[in-house]
Amino acid sequence: MSVYLDHAATTPLFPEAAAAMTAELTRVGNASSLHASGRAARRVVEESRERIAGALGCRPGEVVFTSGGTESDNLAVKGLYWARHHDDPRRVRVLSTPVEHHAVLDALAWLGEVGAEVELVPVDAQGRLDLDAFAATLEADPGSVALASVMWANNEVGTVQPVGEALALARAHGVPLHTDAVQALGQLPLDFAASGVDALTVTSHKAGGPHGVGALLVRRELAPTPLLHGGGQERDVRSGTLDVPAIAGFAVATELAVARQEQLALSLERLATRLRDGVRRQVPDAVAHGDLVPGPDHRLPGSVHLSFPGCEGDSLLMLLDARGIECSTGSACDAGVPQPSHVMRAMGHDEATARSSLRFSLGHTSTEADVDAVLDAIGPAVERARRASLAMRPVAG
Amino acid sequence: MPPRRVLAAMSGGVDSAVAAARAHEAGHDVTGIHLALSRNPQSYRSGARGCCTIEDANDARRAADVIGIPFYVWDLSERFHEDVVEDFLDEYAAGRTPNPCLRCNERIKFAAVLDRALALGFDAVVTGHYATVRETADGVELHRAEDMAKDQSYVLGVLTQEQLAHALFPLGGTAKPEVRAEAARRGLLVADKPDSHDICFVADGDTGGWLAEKLRESGREVDSGGDLVDADGSVLGHHEGSWRYTVGQRRGLRIGTPAPDGRPRYVLDISPVSGTVTVGSREELRVDGLTATRPRWCGAAPSGPVECTVQLRAHGGELRAVVHARGDEVDVELLDPAEGIAPGQAVVVYVGSRVLGSATIAQTRRAA
Repeated sequence: MSVYLDHAATTPLFPEAAAAMTAELTRVGNASSLHASGRAARRVVEESRERIAGALGCRPGEVVFTSGGTESDNLAVKGLYWARHHDDPRRVRVLSTPVEHHAVLDALAWLGEVGAEVELVPVDAQGRLDLDAFAATLEADPGSVALASVMWANNEVGTVQPVGEALALARAHGVPLHTDAVQALGQLPLDFAASGVDALTVTSHKAGGPHGVGALLVRRELAPTPLLHGGGQERDVRSGTLDVPAIAGFAVATELAVARQEQLALSLERLATRLRDGVRRQVPDAVAHGDLVPGPDHRLPGSVHLSFPGCEGDSLLMLLDARGIECSTGSACDAGVPQPSHVMRAMGHDEATARSSLRFSLGHTSTEADVDAVLDAIGPAVERARRASLAMRPVAG
Repeated sequence: MPPRRVLAAMSGGVDSAVAAARAHEAGHDVTGIHLALSRNPQSYRSGARGCCTIEDANDARRAADVIGIPFYVWDLSERFHEDVVEDFLDEYAAGRTPNPCLRCNERIKFAAVLDRALALGFDAVVTGHYATVRETADGVELHRAEDMAKDQSYVLGVLTQEQLAHALFPLGGTAKPEVRAEAARRGLLVADKPDSHDICFVADGDTGGWLAEKLRESGREVDSGGDLVDADGSVLGHHEGSWRYTVGQRRGLRIGTPAPDGRPRYVLDISPVSGTVTVGSREELRVDGLTATRPRWCGAAPSGPVECTVQLRAHGGELRAVVHARGDEVDVELLDPAEGIAPGQAVVVYVGSRVLGSATIAQTRRAA
């Protein structure tokens, strides 16, 4: 029986979502077909769109289904850049933060290679955007800014960004703001209209739905240039036959995640605090990262990010995995090789500290017993990992 | 052997996959790891040639899936660069011809990896090397593989007792074709993958071109050209860097004037300081003795002269010899003369099939 503490990577499917998908899986029908089967499929898609819109505070027409978070981020960043740049070629700048998910950062890096000027505004030691710097960067030449993208909550350290403040600054200059809210759905209150942002990324599998489906919520007056050309199924912004069973599951999961969010956040806050404090009692020199103040303006309730001086996060992950405890080093892999976290580096930590980190992310199936299992295993694991790090030091000659 | 917690180093090739599978089947608690040795994995992307490409890491992962063992990638790139690649460059810059596989076994697989494994609670490291470890009352012995055609004891000749005590080579008693057949039987998709022969960090196999670039980038002071001379010092031509040559090399000398006897000429000696490369006849390549440094004995150093056989290069034959170990130096009298022995290569000392140890060739003595 595994102790699954990697909900920020993906969280278990809600049984209700599985049931909704199962009901659709054996039915024939392309949602773009005009006959009865096609209409039946289309009906499921549109009802799902309405349910998602209802749960997330947007109009159904603002929901563009995609293949998931990465596509939504790419569509927002590249699509809005292209559209805004096309409308006014002076718009060449894109503002963002250095702690974004790679789906945003790498899309930006690519835009940078084809002519955009990407400016990553620094974050503080908790990983939170420096608003003064953001304002200064924006106001240096507002007319040249095509787009700003600031994530809702960080996937590694859990810090919530001041999206509202960033939006107010951007809006004052007519600059659209996109936010990657992949981690927020189900953990934090999320309302598209109330937030005021122009585009917002969500994905199904981080919220109890199936993999391979997500959405970009995008205001009707914005028309991102498509990434995928074809049948124009989604507002002519996104082409590709819609995955009806996945969309049905996504809708059920989104409704449940939103309905249960407040209760879940309370329970996760308690479990996460017990885990964080407990680990620091077992390993007194462990350091917790991110904003540690509870509350939806501060951090994801289920996120626990710790560094263990003198350890390799890799070693810890492997030792805990052998005990059935599943967590993450929080960093991305480059060709299967774990890289020091760009988030930790942007927060001012050195490479060794970045490499010594573990991310435990709790979710809707997490229990006290899961926390107990970590507290039971972490002390000896850290001791071993420290010895392993010492053993790995280069020998001269 | 009682079941133990072992770490299987999986290169993505067929040998290490079968070795891991056998260890698993023997009842050991096996965890697979792939060593990422390049600081920039993309740059080593070269299909089946190297041993550390992205495809190879994926092949290793798939093999671990099929065997049913956990699998991780360990980033050893910094250590590999410092202990193997830098050493390789130093050796070439000094006019020697190193064997990086020995260095990797000595300092990476059975040092950095083994030490980390032991600290993490593992008992041993499993690899797909073709060699045999025998436990005796006096300790462990390293022996050649049953299949002499695949024997890799030469590149393991640097291992000490302590290292060998924590090494498992499940393929030592098996011939290569059987290993491929077994891989196919076990459903390992790497069964037909070609063997790797080249130096893994030289992606395209062009060692000369790679050296030219890396020696320059690293700021090492090497000659950028010099004279090709014969034994009398007569200049026969010019070259573009003495580090491009290996003792015993015949090809690529590009000497305009033929030798007086019309026979091919070979590199006899490399002097990196003056940039001089000396060439001569095949007869002049013959050596009947050598001295070597940095001995690594598998057990106590032999006292007094030892009648034995030696192997002087990775795929070289066995030569009868008498070896004298004198502290940090080893003197080898060759009873069977050898040709084209390059300083920097290892001399590995055998008694029968057993490896006594190894040392790095420093100087050779030309046969009278």
